[in-house]
Amino acid sequence: MTPAIDLRGVTKRFLTPSGGVYTALRDLNLTVQAGEFCAVVGPTGCGKSTTLALISGLEPASEGEVEVLGKPVRGIAEQIGYVFQTDAVFPWKTVLDNVAAGPRYHGRPTSEARSTAREWISRVGLSGFEDRYPYQLSGGMRKRVALAQSLINEPRILLMDEPFSALDVQTRSLMENELLSLWANTRASVVFVTHDLEEAIALADRVFVISAGPGTVKANYPVPLTRPRNVTEIRMQPQFSQIYGEIWNDLKDEVLVSYERQKRSGAA
Amino acid sequence: MSARNAAARLDVTAPISAPGTPAPITDLAAQRIRARRRRELNIYGLRVLVAVIVLGSWELTTRIGIVDQFFFGQPSGIAKQLWIWITEETALGPLWEQVLVTMEETVLGFIVGTVLGVVIGVLLGRNRLLADVFSIYIKAANAIPRVVLGALFAISLGLDIRSKVATAAILVFFVVFFNAFQGVREVERNLIANARILGADDRRLTTEVIVPSALSWIIASLHISFGLALVGAVVGELFGATQGVGELIYSAEHNFNANGVFAGMLLLAAMALLAEAFITALENRLVRWRPPAVGSEIQI
Ligand SMILES: Nc1ncnc2c1ncn2[C@@H]1O[C@H](COP(=O)(O)OP(=O)(O)OP(=O)(O)O)[C@@H](O)[C@H]1O
Ligand SMILES: [Mg+2]
Repeated sequence: MTPAIDLRGVTKRFLTPSGGVYTALRDLNLTVQAGEFCAVVGPTGCGKSTTLALISGLEPASEGEVEVLGKPVRGIAEQIGYVFQTDAVFPWKTVLDNVAAGPRYHGRPTSEARSTAREWISRVGLSGFEDRYPYQLSGGMRKRVALAQSLINEPRILLMDEPFSALDVQTRSLMENELLSLWANTRASVVFVTHDLEEAIALADRVFVISAGPGTVKANYPVPLTRPRNVTEIRMQPQFSQIYGEIWNDLKDEVLVSYERQKRSGAA
Repeated sequence: MSARNAAARLDVTAPISAPGTPAPITDLAAQRIRARRRRELNIYGLRVLVAVIVLGSWELTTRIGIVDQFFFGQPSGIAKQLWIWITEETALGPLWEQVLVTMEETVLGFIVGTVLGVVIGVLLGRNRLLADVFSIYIKAANAIPRVVLGALFAISLGLDIRSKVATAAILVFFVVFFNAFQGVREVERNLIANARILGADDRRLTTEVIVPSALSWIIASLHISFGLALVGAVVGELFGATQGVGELIYSAEHNFNANGVFAGMLLLAAMALLAEAFITALENRLVRWRPPAVGSEIQI
Protein backbone atom coordinates (compact mmCIF):
# COMPACT_ATOMS: atom_id res chain seq x y z
CA MET A 1 0.00 0.00 0.00
CA THR A 2 1.39 3.42 -0.89
CA PRO A 3 1.87 5.59 2.15
CA ALA A 4 -0.26 8.74 2.47
CA ILE A 5 2.76 10.94 3.03
CA ASP A 6 6.32 10.06 2.17
CA LEU A 7 9.30 12.37 2.67
CA ARG A 8 12.62 10.93 1.57
CA GLY A 9 15.93 12.63 2.19
CA VAL A 10 14.31 16.05 2.35
CA THR A 11 16.45 19.11 2.89
CA LYS A 12 15.08 22.63 3.13
CA ARG A 13 17.26 25.73 3.02
CA PHE A 14 16.22 29.33 3.48
CA LEU A 15 17.97 32.51 2.43
CA THR A 16 18.53 34.62 5.50
CA PRO A 17 18.00 38.39 5.30
CA SER A 18 21.78 38.88 5.55
CA GLY A 19 22.22 36.83 2.37
CA GLY A 20 23.42 33.63 4.06
CA VAL A 21 21.88 30.18 3.81
CA TYR A 22 20.06 28.60 6.73
CA THR A 23 19.40 24.88 6.66
CA ALA A 24 16.11 24.29 8.47
CA LEU A 25 15.73 20.57 7.63
CA ARG A 26 18.46 18.13 6.67
CA ASP A 27 17.96 14.68 5.20
CA LEU A 28 14.57 14.18 6.79
CA ASN A 29 12.72 10.88 6.30
CA LEU A 30 9.12 10.64 7.39
CA THR A 31 6.40 8.24 6.32
CA VAL A 32 2.74 8.37 7.31
CA GLN A 33 0.52 5.44 6.39
CA ALA A 34 -3.02 5.96 5.10
CA GLY A 35 -5.37 6.58 8.00
CA GLU A 36 -2.54 6.96 10.47
CA PHE A 37 -2.53 9.68 13.15
CA CYS A 38 1.04 10.90 13.55
CA ALA A 39 2.40 13.45 15.97
CA VAL A 40 5.57 15.42 15.48
CA VAL A 41 7.42 16.74 18.51
CA GLY A 42 10.67 18.65 18.75
CA PRO A 43 12.25 21.71 20.28
CA THR A 44 11.18 25.13 19.08
CA GLY A 45 12.71 26.18 15.76
CA CYS A 46 13.61 22.63 14.74
CA GLY A 47 11.57 22.78 11.54
CA LYS A 48 8.17 21.30 12.41
CA SER A 49 6.15 24.02 10.67
CA THR A 50 8.56 23.88 7.74
CA THR A 51 7.89 20.15 7.41
CA LEU A 52 4.15 20.80 7.17
CA ALA A 53 4.72 23.57 4.62
CA LEU A 54 6.65 21.08 2.46
CA ILE A 55 3.91 18.43 2.70
CA SER A 56 1.20 20.96 1.82
CA GLY A 57 3.14 22.18 -1.19
CA LEU A 58 3.25 25.77 0.05
CA GLU A 59 7.06 25.55 0.05
CA PRO A 60 9.18 23.45 -2.32
CA ALA A 61 11.89 21.18 -0.92
CA SER A 62 15.48 22.16 -1.70
CA GLU A 63 16.42 18.50 -2.09
CA GLY A 64 14.74 15.14 -1.76
CA GLU A 65 11.32 13.71 -2.58
CA VAL A 66 7.99 14.78 -1.12
CA GLU A 67 5.12 12.49 -2.08
CA VAL A 68 1.51 12.80 -1.00
CA LEU A 69 -1.01 10.05 -1.82
CA GLY A 70 1.55 8.45 -4.09
CA LYS A 71 2.19 11.54 -6.21
CA PRO A 72 5.13 13.94 -6.03
CA VAL A 73 4.03 17.32 -4.66
CA ARG A 74 4.05 20.20 -7.18
CA GLY A 75 2.26 23.24 -5.86
CA ILE A 76 -0.63 22.92 -3.45
CA ALA A 77 -1.51 19.27 -2.91
CA GLU A 78 -5.17 18.39 -3.31
CA GLN A 79 -7.40 16.87 -0.64
CA ILE A 80 -5.31 18.46 2.05
CA GLY A 81 -6.36 20.38 5.14
CA TYR A 82 -4.03 22.65 7.09
CA VAL A 83 -4.68 24.24 10.47
CA PHE A 84 -2.00 26.91 10.68
CA GLN A 85 0.07 27.76 13.74
CA THR A 86 -0.87 31.44 13.50
CA ASP A 87 -4.36 32.81 12.98
CA ALA A 88 -5.40 32.37 9.38
CA VAL A 89 -9.18 32.76 9.42
CA PHE A 90 -10.39 35.56 7.16
CA PRO A 91 -11.12 38.62 9.29
CA TRP A 92 -13.66 40.01 6.80
CA LYS A 93 -15.81 36.89 6.78
CA THR A 94 -18.26 35.87 9.47
CA VAL A 95 -17.79 32.54 11.21
CA LEU A 96 -20.36 31.02 8.86
CA ASP A 97 -18.69 32.30 5.70
CA ASN A 98 -15.23 31.37 6.96
CA VAL A 99 -16.31 27.79 7.42
CA ALA A 100 -18.26 27.77 4.14
CA ALA A 101 -15.24 29.01 2.17
CA GLY A 102 -13.81 25.59 1.31
CA PRO A 103 -16.93 24.09 -0.27
CA ARG A 104 -17.57 27.33 -2.14
CA TYR A 105 -14.04 27.31 -3.57
CA HIS A 106 -14.77 23.77 -4.73
CA GLY A 107 -17.71 25.04 -6.73
CA ARG A 108 -20.62 24.23 -4.43
CA PRO A 109 -23.48 26.78 -4.41
CA THR A 110 -23.35 29.22 -1.51
CA SER A 111 -26.59 28.13 0.14
CA GLU A 112 -25.52 24.51 0.15
CA ALA A 113 -22.04 25.40 1.43
CA ARG A 114 -23.61 27.41 4.24
CA SER A 115 -25.88 24.64 5.40
CA THR A 116 -22.93 22.23 5.54
CA ALA A 117 -20.99 24.92 7.37
CA ARG A 118 -23.70 25.16 10.03
CA GLU A 119 -23.30 21.47 10.77
CA TRP A 120 -19.56 21.83 11.20
CA ILE A 121 -19.95 24.92 13.33
CA SER A 122 -22.17 22.99 15.72
CA ARG A 123 -19.73 20.08 15.66
CA VAL A 124 -16.93 22.32 16.96
CA GLY A 125 -19.32 23.83 19.50
CA LEU A 126 -19.77 27.29 18.02
CA SER A 127 -23.52 27.25 17.31
CA GLY A 128 -24.94 30.70 17.89
CA PHE A 129 -21.75 32.44 16.79
CA GLU A 130 -22.35 32.09 13.03
CA ASP A 131 -22.74 35.81 12.45
CA ARG A 132 -19.75 36.98 14.47
CA TYR A 133 -16.61 38.35 12.90
CA PRO A 134 -13.29 36.85 14.03
CA TYR A 135 -12.35 39.93 16.06
CA GLN A 136 -15.42 39.26 18.21
CA LEU A 137 -14.21 35.77 19.15
CA SER A 138 -11.72 34.53 21.71
CA GLY A 139 -8.45 32.99 20.55
CA GLY A 140 -9.70 29.49 21.33
CA MET A 141 -12.91 30.10 19.39
CA ARG A 142 -10.92 31.29 16.39
CA LYS A 143 -8.94 28.04 16.52
CA ARG A 144 -12.19 26.10 16.40
CA VAL A 145 -13.28 28.10 13.37
CA ALA A 146 -9.98 27.20 11.73
CA LEU A 147 -10.56 23.55 12.59
CA ALA A 148 -14.08 23.50 11.13
CA GLN A 149 -12.82 25.40 8.09
CA SER A 150 -10.28 22.65 7.38
CA LEU A 151 -12.40 19.64 8.28
CA ILE A 152 -15.40 20.68 6.18
CA ASN A 153 -13.38 19.87 3.05
CA GLU A 154 -13.08 16.30 4.36
CA PRO A 155 -9.38 16.20 3.54
CA ARG A 156 -7.61 12.87 3.20
CA ILE A 157 -4.51 14.51 4.62
CA LEU A 158 -4.85 16.76 7.65
CA LEU A 159 -1.93 18.88 8.82
CA MET A 160 -2.28 20.56 12.18
CA ASP A 161 0.29 22.94 13.62
CA GLU A 162 -0.09 23.25 17.39
CA PRO A 163 -3.84 23.76 17.02
CA PHE A 164 -4.65 23.59 20.72
CA SER A 165 -1.66 25.29 22.30
CA ALA A 166 -3.66 28.46 23.00
CA LEU A 167 -6.42 26.67 24.89
CA ASP A 168 -6.84 26.11 28.61
CA VAL A 169 -6.41 22.55 29.88
CA GLN A 170 -10.12 21.66 30.11
CA THR A 171 -11.09 23.05 26.71
CA ARG A 172 -8.04 21.43 25.28
CA SER A 173 -9.02 17.94 26.47
CA LEU A 174 -12.52 18.52 25.16
CA MET A 175 -11.19 19.54 21.76
CA GLU A 176 -8.72 16.65 21.68
CA ASN A 177 -11.49 14.13 22.30
CA GLU A 178 -13.63 15.91 19.76
CA LEU A 179 -10.83 15.73 17.21
CA LEU A 180 -10.36 12.01 17.82
CA SER A 181 -14.03 11.26 17.28
CA LEU A 182 -14.17 13.44 14.15
CA TRP A 183 -11.07 11.72 12.87
CA ALA A 184 -12.47 8.26 13.63
CA ASN A 185 -15.28 9.00 11.16
CA THR A 186 -13.07 10.32 8.39
CA ARG A 187 -9.94 8.19 8.80
CA ALA A 188 -7.80 10.92 7.31
CA SER A 189 -4.04 10.69 7.63
CA VAL A 190 -3.01 13.26 10.21
CA VAL A 191 0.25 15.03 10.97
CA PHE A 192 -0.16 16.80 14.28
CA VAL A 193 2.62 19.13 15.40
CA THR A 194 2.86 19.90 19.09
CA HIS A 195 5.24 20.94 21.84
CA ASP A 196 3.40 18.82 24.31
CA LEU A 197 4.59 15.23 24.46
CA GLU A 198 1.60 14.12 26.52
CA GLU A 199 -0.75 15.46 23.90
CA ALA A 200 1.25 13.73 21.18
CA ILE A 201 1.05 10.32 22.88
CA ALA A 202 -2.60 10.67 23.84
CA LEU A 203 -3.64 11.40 20.27
CA ALA A 204 -1.28 9.60 17.96
CA ASP A 205 -0.53 6.15 16.59
CA ARG A 206 3.06 7.19 16.05
CA VAL A 207 5.27 9.96 17.43
CA PHE A 208 8.16 11.43 15.45
CA VAL A 209 10.92 13.16 17.39
CA ILE A 210 12.71 15.84 15.40
CA SER A 211 16.22 16.85 16.42
CA ALA A 212 17.27 20.40 17.16
CA GLY A 213 17.86 22.32 13.91
CA PRO A 214 18.77 21.46 11.25
CA GLY A 215 15.82 19.19 11.82
CA THR A 216 15.88 15.53 11.01
CA VAL A 217 13.83 12.65 12.35
CA LYS A 218 15.76 11.36 15.32
CA ALA A 219 13.43 8.48 16.09
CA ASN A 220 9.83 7.41 15.72
CA TYR A 221 7.82 5.58 18.31
CA PRO A 222 4.67 3.57 17.75
CA VAL A 223 1.98 4.20 20.36
CA PRO A 224 0.15 0.87 20.79
CA LEU A 225 -2.61 2.25 23.03
CA THR A 226 -6.08 1.01 22.18
CA ARG A 227 -8.75 3.09 20.49
CA PRO A 228 -11.23 4.64 20.97
CA ARG A 229 -9.33 6.74 23.46
CA ASN A 230 -10.28 9.32 26.02
CA VAL A 231 -7.35 11.69 26.34
CA THR A 232 -7.88 12.35 30.06
CA GLU A 233 -8.26 8.72 31.03
CA ILE A 234 -5.50 7.39 28.84
CA ARG A 235 -2.93 9.42 30.75
CA MET A 236 -3.61 7.29 33.83
CA GLN A 237 -2.56 4.07 32.12
CA PRO A 238 0.82 2.61 33.16
CA GLN A 239 1.68 1.97 29.51
CA PHE A 240 1.24 5.68 28.83
CA SER A 241 3.88 6.75 31.33
CA GLN A 242 6.22 4.05 30.09
CA ILE A 243 6.01 5.35 26.51
CA TYR A 244 6.27 8.89 27.80
CA GLY A 245 9.49 8.05 29.67
CA GLU A 246 11.02 6.46 26.60
CA ILE A 247 10.29 9.33 24.23
CA TRP A 248 11.11 12.02 26.75
CA ASN A 249 14.59 10.53 27.15
CA ASP A 250 15.17 11.22 23.45
CA LEU A 251 13.40 14.54 23.29
CA LYS A 252 14.98 16.10 26.36
CA ASP A 253 18.49 15.95 24.84
CA GLU A 254 17.24 17.84 21.78
CA VAL A 255 15.43 20.40 23.85
CA LEU A 256 18.58 20.99 25.87
CA VAL A 257 20.73 21.33 22.75
CA SER A 258 18.29 23.79 21.25
CA TYR A 259 18.02 25.75 24.48
CA GLU A 260 21.79 26.02 24.94
CA ARG A 261 22.19 27.09 21.33
CA GLN A 262 19.59 29.80 21.55
CA LYS A 263 21.05 31.05 24.80
CA ARG A 264 24.46 31.30 23.19
CA SER A 265 23.27 33.02 20.03
CA GLY A 266 21.16 35.32 22.20
CA ALA A 267 24.22 36.22 24.26
CA ALA A 268 26.44 36.69 21.19
CA MET B 1 -11.01 47.59 69.67
CA SER B 2 -13.36 44.81 68.83
CA ALA B 3 -16.25 47.23 69.04
CA ARG B 4 -14.55 49.47 66.52
CA ASN B 5 -13.90 46.53 64.28
CA ALA B 6 -17.52 45.60 64.46
CA ALA B 7 -18.52 49.14 63.68
CA ALA B 8 -16.12 49.24 60.80
CA ARG B 9 -17.48 46.01 59.52
CA LEU B 10 -20.99 47.39 59.80
CA ASP B 11 -19.88 50.51 58.00
CA VAL B 12 -18.41 48.49 55.25
CA THR B 13 -21.32 46.14 54.84
CA ALA B 14 -24.00 48.80 55.04
CA PRO B 15 -23.28 50.70 51.81
CA ILE B 16 -22.44 47.56 49.85
CA SER B 17 -25.91 46.15 50.13
CA ALA B 18 -27.43 49.23 48.51
CA PRO B 19 -25.59 49.30 45.17
CA GLY B 20 -25.12 45.55 45.58
CA THR B 21 -28.40 45.08 43.75
CA PRO B 22 -26.97 45.68 40.30
CA ALA B 23 -28.65 48.09 37.94
CA PRO B 24 -30.23 46.22 35.03
CA ILE B 25 -27.83 45.97 32.12
CA THR B 26 -30.21 47.77 29.75
CA ASP B 27 -30.29 50.77 32.11
CA LEU B 28 -26.53 50.84 32.11
CA ALA B 29 -26.38 50.74 28.33
CA ALA B 30 -28.97 53.48 28.01
CA GLN B 31 -26.99 55.58 30.45
CA ARG B 32 -23.80 55.19 28.41
CA ILE B 33 -25.61 55.98 25.18
CA ARG B 34 -27.03 59.13 26.80
CA ALA B 35 -23.55 60.15 27.92
CA ARG B 36 -22.29 59.68 24.39
CA ARG B 37 -25.13 61.73 22.94
CA ARG B 38 -24.33 64.50 25.40
CA ARG B 39 -20.73 64.45 24.19
CA GLU B 40 -21.87 64.70 20.59
CA LEU B 41 -24.10 67.69 21.42
CA ASN B 42 -21.15 69.36 23.11
CA ILE B 43 -19.07 68.89 19.99
CA TYR B 44 -21.77 70.41 17.79
CA GLY B 45 -21.99 73.34 20.19
CA LEU B 46 -18.24 73.92 20.00
CA ARG B 47 -18.31 73.71 16.20
CA VAL B 48 -20.99 76.39 16.03
CA LEU B 49 -18.95 78.50 18.44
CA VAL B 50 -15.88 78.30 16.17
CA ALA B 51 -18.00 79.34 13.17
CA VAL B 52 -19.50 82.25 15.11
CA ILE B 53 -16.09 83.51 16.20
CA VAL B 54 -14.51 83.27 12.75
CA LEU B 55 -17.46 84.71 10.85
CA GLY B 56 -18.11 87.33 13.53
CA SER B 57 -14.60 88.72 13.49
CA TRP B 58 -14.54 88.63 9.68
CA GLU B 59 -17.81 90.57 9.51
CA LEU B 60 -16.66 92.99 12.20
CA THR B 61 -13.25 93.76 10.70
CA THR B 62 -14.69 94.32 7.23
CA ARG B 63 -17.43 96.56 8.63
CA ILE B 64 -15.00 98.69 10.63
CA GLY B 65 -12.77 98.84 7.56
CA ILE B 66 -9.59 97.24 8.94
CA VAL B 67 -9.97 94.65 6.19
CA ASP B 68 -11.09 95.70 2.71
CA GLN B 69 -14.31 93.95 1.85
CA PHE B 70 -13.71 94.55 -1.84
CA PHE B 71 -10.90 91.98 -1.74
CA PHE B 72 -11.94 89.76 1.12
CA GLY B 73 -15.71 89.77 0.91
CA GLN B 74 -18.01 89.85 3.89
CA PRO B 75 -20.09 87.06 5.48
CA SER B 76 -23.33 89.00 5.21
CA GLY B 77 -22.52 89.81 1.58
CA ILE B 78 -21.83 86.15 0.87
CA ALA B 79 -25.12 85.17 2.45
CA LYS B 80 -26.88 87.81 0.38
CA GLN B 81 -25.21 86.58 -2.79
CA LEU B 82 -26.26 82.98 -2.00
CA TRP B 83 -29.79 84.15 -1.32
CA ILE B 84 -29.96 85.92 -4.67
CA TRP B 85 -28.60 82.85 -6.46
CA ILE B 86 -31.13 80.63 -4.76
CA THR B 87 -34.23 82.81 -5.03
CA GLU B 88 -33.53 84.46 -8.39
CA GLU B 89 -30.80 83.00 -10.54
CA THR B 90 -27.09 83.11 -11.29
CA ALA B 91 -25.36 84.72 -14.23
CA LEU B 92 -25.34 81.27 -15.86
CA GLY B 93 -28.93 80.25 -15.12
CA PRO B 94 -30.64 78.55 -12.18
CA LEU B 95 -28.31 77.66 -9.32
CA TRP B 96 -29.37 74.03 -9.02
CA GLU B 97 -28.35 73.50 -12.63
CA GLN B 98 -24.80 74.68 -11.89
CA VAL B 99 -24.56 72.46 -8.85
CA LEU B 100 -25.94 69.50 -10.76
CA VAL B 101 -23.52 69.98 -13.67
CA THR B 102 -20.48 70.10 -11.39
CA MET B 103 -21.78 67.22 -9.29
CA GLU B 104 -22.24 65.10 -12.40
CA GLU B 105 -18.71 65.83 -13.64
CA THR B 106 -17.28 65.10 -10.21
CA VAL B 107 -19.15 61.88 -9.55
CA LEU B 108 -18.46 60.50 -13.03
CA GLY B 109 -14.78 61.40 -12.75
CA PHE B 110 -14.66 59.91 -9.27
CA ILE B 111 -16.19 56.62 -10.43
CA VAL B 112 -14.04 56.33 -13.55
CA GLY B 113 -10.85 57.18 -11.64
CA THR B 114 -11.68 54.83 -8.76
CA VAL B 115 -12.55 51.88 -10.98
CA LEU B 116 -9.43 52.32 -13.10
CA GLY B 117 -7.28 52.85 -10.00
CA VAL B 118 -8.56 49.72 -8.27
CA VAL B 119 -8.41 47.51 -11.35
CA ILE B 120 -4.94 48.59 -12.44
CA GLY B 121 -3.67 48.73 -8.85
CA VAL B 122 -4.81 45.18 -8.15
CA LEU B 123 -3.51 43.98 -11.52
CA LEU B 124 -0.04 45.42 -10.96
CA GLY B 125 -0.03 44.41 -7.31
CA ARG B 126 -0.71 40.80 -8.33
CA ASN B 127 1.69 40.68 -11.26
CA ARG B 128 5.35 41.20 -10.52
CA LEU B 129 6.41 41.63 -14.15
CA LEU B 130 3.78 44.25 -14.97
CA ALA B 131 4.62 46.11 -11.77
CA ASP B 132 8.34 46.15 -12.54
CA VAL B 133 7.78 47.33 -16.12
CA PHE B 134 5.18 50.01 -15.46
CA SER B 135 6.21 51.35 -12.06
CA ILE B 136 8.75 53.75 -13.55
CA TYR B 137 6.17 55.28 -15.91
CA ILE B 138 3.55 55.59 -13.25
CA LYS B 139 5.98 57.29 -10.90
CA ALA B 140 6.99 59.69 -13.67
CA ALA B 141 3.36 60.43 -14.51
CA ASN B 142 2.64 60.98 -10.86
CA ALA B 143 5.45 63.50 -10.56
CA ILE B 144 4.07 65.94 -13.15
CA PRO B 145 1.38 68.34 -11.94
CA ARG B 146 -1.61 66.57 -13.41
CA VAL B 147 -4.03 69.50 -13.41
CA VAL B 148 -2.27 70.81 -16.52
CA LEU B 149 -3.62 67.72 -18.26
CA GLY B 150 -6.95 69.51 -17.99
CA ALA B 151 -5.75 71.87 -20.74
CA LEU B 152 -4.88 68.89 -22.91
CA PHE B 153 -8.26 67.29 -22.33
CA ALA B 154 -10.00 70.57 -23.18
CA ILE B 155 -8.26 70.46 -26.56
CA SER B 156 -8.66 66.76 -27.28
CA LEU B 157 -12.06 66.07 -25.77
CA GLY B 158 -13.73 69.42 -26.36
CA LEU B 159 -15.43 71.74 -23.94
CA ASP B 160 -18.29 69.43 -22.99
CA ILE B 161 -18.51 67.22 -19.90
CA ARG B 162 -15.93 64.70 -21.10
CA SER B 163 -12.91 66.93 -20.57
CA LYS B 164 -13.99 67.67 -16.97
CA VAL B 165 -14.66 64.03 -16.20
CA ALA B 166 -11.25 63.12 -17.60
CA THR B 167 -9.49 65.75 -15.49
CA ALA B 168 -11.28 64.61 -12.34
CA ALA B 169 -10.63 60.95 -13.15
CA ILE B 170 -6.91 61.40 -13.67
CA LEU B 171 -6.55 63.11 -10.29
CA VAL B 172 -8.50 60.36 -8.55
CA PHE B 173 -6.78 57.56 -10.41
CA PHE B 174 -3.30 58.03 -8.99
CA VAL B 175 -4.35 58.25 -5.36
CA VAL B 176 -6.58 55.18 -5.60
CA PHE B 177 -4.04 53.32 -7.69
CA PHE B 178 -1.19 53.72 -5.21
CA ASN B 179 -3.39 52.70 -2.29
CA ALA B 180 -4.81 49.66 -4.08
CA PHE B 181 -1.33 48.62 -5.16
CA GLN B 182 0.09 48.96 -1.68
CA GLY B 183 -2.95 47.26 -0.15
CA VAL B 184 -2.47 44.25 -2.40
CA ARG B 185 1.20 44.06 -1.49
CA GLU B 186 0.40 44.11 2.23
CA VAL B 187 -1.97 41.14 2.24
CA GLU B 188 -0.93 38.65 4.89
CA ARG B 189 0.82 35.64 3.39
CA ASN B 190 -0.88 33.41 5.89
CA LEU B 191 -4.32 34.29 4.58
CA ILE B 192 -3.27 33.66 1.00
CA ALA B 193 -1.81 30.29 2.01
CA ASN B 194 -5.01 29.38 3.83
CA ALA B 195 -7.22 30.30 0.87
CA ARG B 196 -5.07 28.29 -1.53
CA ILE B 197 -5.14 25.25 0.76
CA LEU B 198 -8.91 25.57 1.00
CA GLY B 199 -9.06 25.32 -2.78
CA ALA B 200 -9.25 28.91 -4.03
CA ASP B 201 -8.13 29.41 -7.64
CA ASP B 202 -6.42 32.62 -8.78
CA ARG B 203 -9.69 34.42 -9.47
CA ARG B 204 -11.14 33.51 -6.08
CA LEU B 205 -7.91 34.48 -4.41
CA THR B 206 -8.23 37.94 -5.92
CA THR B 207 -11.91 38.47 -5.17
CA GLU B 208 -12.07 36.75 -1.80
CA VAL B 209 -8.74 37.56 -0.19
CA ILE B 210 -6.71 40.19 -2.01
CA VAL B 211 -9.45 42.75 -2.67
CA PRO B 212 -11.19 42.51 0.74
CA SER B 213 -7.85 42.79 2.45
CA ALA B 214 -6.83 45.78 0.34
CA LEU B 215 -10.23 47.36 0.82
CA SER B 216 -9.26 49.23 3.98
CA TRP B 217 -6.49 50.94 2.05
CA ILE B 218 -8.67 51.64 -0.96
CA ILE B 219 -11.48 53.13 1.10
CA ALA B 220 -9.07 55.32 3.01
CA SER B 221 -8.02 56.79 -0.33
CA LEU B 222 -11.63 57.49 -1.35
CA HIS B 223 -11.97 60.12 1.36
CA ILE B 224 -9.22 62.17 -0.26
CA SER B 225 -10.10 61.38 -3.82
CA PHE B 226 -13.61 62.79 -3.82
CA GLY B 227 -12.14 66.17 -2.93
CA LEU B 228 -9.66 65.71 -5.75
CA ALA B 229 -12.43 64.85 -8.19
CA LEU B 230 -14.10 68.12 -7.25
CA VAL B 231 -10.84 69.96 -7.88
CA GLY B 232 -10.56 68.22 -11.26
CA ALA B 233 -14.08 69.18 -12.28
CA VAL B 234 -13.61 72.83 -11.26
CA VAL B 235 -10.22 73.07 -12.97
CA GLY B 236 -11.77 71.48 -16.05
CA GLU B 237 -14.39 74.21 -16.02
CA LEU B 238 -11.58 76.77 -15.82
CA PHE B 239 -10.27 75.62 -19.20
CA GLY B 240 -13.59 76.35 -20.78
CA ALA B 241 -17.19 75.74 -19.80
CA THR B 242 -20.61 77.29 -20.03
CA GLN B 243 -22.04 75.94 -16.79
CA GLY B 244 -21.01 74.65 -13.38
CA VAL B 245 -20.03 75.95 -9.97
CA GLY B 246 -16.43 76.43 -11.11
CA GLU B 247 -17.59 78.54 -14.03
CA LEU B 248 -19.80 80.47 -11.62
CA ILE B 249 -16.75 81.28 -9.50
CA TYR B 250 -14.78 82.47 -12.54
CA SER B 251 -17.56 84.70 -13.74
CA ALA B 252 -17.78 86.23 -10.23
CA GLU B 253 -14.04 86.72 -10.28
CA HIS B 254 -14.22 88.49 -13.66
CA ASN B 255 -16.71 90.90 -12.11
CA PHE B 256 -14.46 91.48 -9.08
CA ASN B 257 -17.22 89.99 -6.95
CA ALA B 258 -15.31 88.52 -3.97
CA ASN B 259 -18.56 87.54 -2.25
CA GLY B 260 -19.53 85.53 -5.33
CA VAL B 261 -16.21 83.66 -5.21
CA PHE B 262 -16.72 82.82 -1.56
CA ALA B 263 -20.32 81.79 -2.13
CA GLY B 264 -19.16 79.41 -4.87
CA MET B 265 -16.54 77.98 -2.56
CA LEU B 266 -19.17 77.45 0.07
CA LEU B 267 -21.24 75.44 -2.41
CA LEU B 268 -18.23 73.29 -3.28
CA ALA B 269 -17.53 72.69 0.41
CA ALA B 270 -21.12 71.63 0.99
CA MET B 271 -20.89 69.20 -1.92
CA ALA B 272 -17.66 67.74 -0.55
CA LEU B 273 -19.15 67.31 2.93
CA LEU B 274 -22.18 65.57 1.48
CA ALA B 275 -19.94 63.15 -0.43
CA GLU B 276 -17.80 62.60 2.66
CA ALA B 277 -20.87 61.51 4.61
CA PHE B 278 -21.77 59.15 1.80
CA ILE B 279 -18.28 57.62 1.69
CA THR B 280 -18.20 57.19 5.45
CA ALA B 281 -21.51 55.34 5.28
CA LEU B 282 -20.10 53.17 2.52
CA GLU B 283 -16.98 52.50 4.58
CA ASN B 284 -19.01 51.46 7.60
CA ARG B 285 -20.92 49.02 5.43
CA LEU B 286 -17.95 47.55 3.63
CA VAL B 287 -15.51 47.12 6.49
CA ARG B 288 -17.92 46.07 9.21
CA TRP B 289 -15.52 43.25 10.03
CA ARG B 290 -12.92 45.64 11.43
CA PRO B 291 -12.89 46.16 15.17
CA PRO B 292 -14.11 49.69 15.97
CA ALA B 293 -11.46 52.35 16.46
CA VAL B 294 -10.05 52.63 19.96
CA GLY B 295 -12.34 54.71 22.16
CA SER B 296 -15.30 54.79 19.78
CA GLU B 297 -16.97 51.73 21.25
CA ILE B 298 -19.78 52.09 23.73
CA GLN B 299 -18.42 50.53 26.92
CA ILE B 300 -21.00 49.03 29.24
N1 LIG C 1 10.98 31.96 5.42
C1 LIG C 1 12.04 31.69 6.21
N2 LIG C 1 13.22 32.32 6.00
C2 LIG C 1 14.30 32.05 6.78
N3 LIG C 1 14.31 31.19 7.80
C3 LIG C 1 13.16 30.53 8.07
C4 LIG C 1 11.96 30.76 7.30
N4 LIG C 1 10.99 29.98 7.81
C5 LIG C 1 11.55 29.30 8.85
N5 LIG C 1 12.85 29.62 9.00
C6 LIG C 1 13.77 29.07 9.98
O1 LIG C 1 13.68 27.68 9.95
C7 LIG C 1 13.71 27.13 11.25
C8 LIG C 1 12.52 26.22 11.46
O2 LIG C 1 11.34 26.99 11.51
P1 LIG C 1 9.93 26.35 11.84
O3 LIG C 1 8.92 27.43 11.77
O4 LIG C 1 9.72 25.18 10.98
O5 LIG C 1 10.16 25.89 13.35
P2 LIG C 1 9.15 25.11 14.31
O6 LIG C 1 9.77 23.79 14.59
O7 LIG C 1 7.79 25.10 13.73
O8 LIG C 1 9.22 25.99 15.63
P3 LIG C 1 8.03 26.32 16.66
O9 LIG C 1 7.83 25.10 17.47
O10 LIG C 1 8.59 27.43 17.48
O11 LIG C 1 6.84 26.69 15.88
C9 LIG C 1 13.73 28.29 12.23
O12 LIG C 1 15.05 28.42 12.74
C10 LIG C 1 13.39 29.49 11.39
O13 LIG C 1 14.13 30.59 11.81
MG1 LIG D 1 6.05 26.06 14.20
